[in-house]
Amino acid sequence: MDQRNRYTLDFEKPLIELENKIQELMGLTEKEGIDVKEEIKHLEMRLKNLEQKIFLNLTPWQRVQLARHPARPKTLTLIDLIFDEWLELHGDRLFSDDQAIVTGLGKMNEHRVVWMGHQKGESIKENLSRNFGMAHPEGYRKAKRLMNLAEKCSLPVVSFIDTPGAYPGIEAEQRGQAEAIAANLEKMSQLKVPIIVIIIGEGGSGGALGIGVGDKLLMLENAVYSVISPEGCAAILWDDQNKIEEAASALKLTANDLLKLDIIDGIIPEPQGGAQRDVGKTANNIKKAILRELEALRTMPVEELILRRKIGYRQMGKTRGEENG
Amino acid sequence: MGWLEKTYNRIKKVKKKIDVPDGLWTKCANCSEIVYNKTLDENLRVCPKCNYHFYIGACYRIDITLDKDSFFQYNSTFNSSNPLNFPEYEEKLKKAEKSTNLDEAALIGEGKIGGREVAITVTDFGFMGGSMGLVVGERIATVVDKALEKHLPLIIISGSGGGARMQEGVLSLMQMAKVSASLAEFKTKGGLYISVLTHPTMGGAMASFASRGDIIIAEPGALLGFAGPRVIKQTIKQQIPKGFQRSESLLKHGMIDLVVDRNNIRSTLIKILDFLKK
Repeated sequence: MDQRNRYTLDFEKPLIELENKIQELMGLTEKEGIDVKEEIKHLEMRLKNLEQKIFLNLTPWQRVQLARHPARPKTLTLIDLIFDEWLELHGDRLFSDDQAIVTGLGKMNEHRVVWMGHQKGESIKENLSRNFGMAHPEGYRKAKRLMNLAEKCSLPVVSFIDTPGAYPGIEAEQRGQAEAIAANLEKMSQLKVPIIVIIIGEGGSGGALGIGVGDKLLMLENAVYSVISPEGCAAILWDDQNKIEEAASALKLTANDLLKLDIIDGIIPEPQGGAQRDVGKTANNIKKAILRELEALRTMPVEELILRRKIGYRQMGKTRGEENG
Repeated sequence: MGWLEKTYNRIKKVKKKIDVPDGLWTKCANCSEIVYNKTLDENLRVCPKCNYHFYIGACYRIDITLDKDSFFQYNSTFNSSNPLNFPEYEEKLKKAEKSTNLDEAALIGEGKIGGREVAITVTDFGFMGGSMGLVVGERIATVVDKALEKHLPLIIISGSGGGARMQEGVLSLMQMAKVSASLAEFKTKGGLYISVLTHPTMGGAMASFASRGDIIIAEPGALLGFAGPRVIKQTIKQQIPKGFQRSESLLKHGMIDLVVDRNNIRSTLIKILDFLKK
């Protein structure tokens, strides 16, 4: 059965109702030989129109829901589809192997890369072992180990972002969650190889940024990137969980908003209705984008790469500030 | 360059009115002791009974850290705006400006400490929690780049409760990357960075510049960490251990070098700068 039927978002309900009705009518034709072809055709037309109406006008909050969709393709699913060959590598050599961040090596066409990404679970059980994609410091330190390896072997880094945030827990704090993220920001800003960052689902604040500094920042069409969750924002600002939708809009967290703000470099299209509706197509779109960026970055001298990276972040939002006199 | 214009701007004598509540007496937030304000001021706003360190503003901090009248403020021409048109942000900025007498949450410049020149930044918790938006990020990156250019040791004294400024969305998050890029360059080229942590320094500040000093000093009892205690409590659904995320606990876990009373921070900085002079 289609995965999306296992989990329906609120705004998808009218579509499901129509789909069910069509199914019902089709059954009628089969079982009782009643000819309802015309009605079915009519309903299918309505379904198509309704789909377009809903999916071409998604609100920021609806995109947040799509970005968090349980059936949305996760990092390892995409890695498997994108790379011709790949190998996962484990552990930070300091404390443990964080399951919420995965790292490894991969090959696509003639390109060899080091990849890393947050990993959410496909099931409740896996989500518990993956900690819902919320990393501890050792996840960031494992990623840093792989960045060093990439630098040593002159391989570009591709990073997949999909996390609600870094884990807010006692041990995470005691082992230096903030320091682990901060160290990565410094490392990535000086890394002597190209870094391509792709936000595939949720870009949750510092936890996302901890493996998310790079030369090219791309987002899947329905991915979101935010400094705080809409729920957290609504709670802090208005102390009102009815204002989540308003908060989602105010935070400017969609790919379209962030492209307009010049924070990201590009948007990777998703199938209509979201990445979960056609995972293969989504992976293929990501692969094309990675290949394009790798080609563009591979001849750039290291000094220029690092300088451009620094200037890129330095310029962000500058045009939005008020210049005095 | 362009937007940065250094001006010779002696810090105004700290107006005690800004930092001190009205009246002659202050009740200690920790031990409830009623302390005579004059005594509290003489003790750099530290409770003489329980050593609780009261909040102090950025100007006063500069005053008690640097040599007298040695501060040169860098004035930026880059001012706060509302890049996302976030609701109620301008009002909050205006309110913060009024209550702190600052134009943003970070004060940057250079000065002398024990006769030695340093580049310095102080973030002020009183200005929207000391949070980092576009302007604060730009200022910190600027002071780091200046320190690199002029071969000065860098001191950042942090008081940043929330870290990132929510009202500037992902732009505020990007300030972490921006500041880290400048810091990484400064440090790899041999610059010395001393981070001084005051209550509270959390979130994006801690996860970018504040936790990455070559040497890290904290005032006693400061709340320091990534996630706020309330968020942690909600997540783990357990009580948080006593002293968790406080300076003393970070010292124990190897995250900072020293816990130093406010009265001794200046002398400690002088000592460290002397040990590590080039």
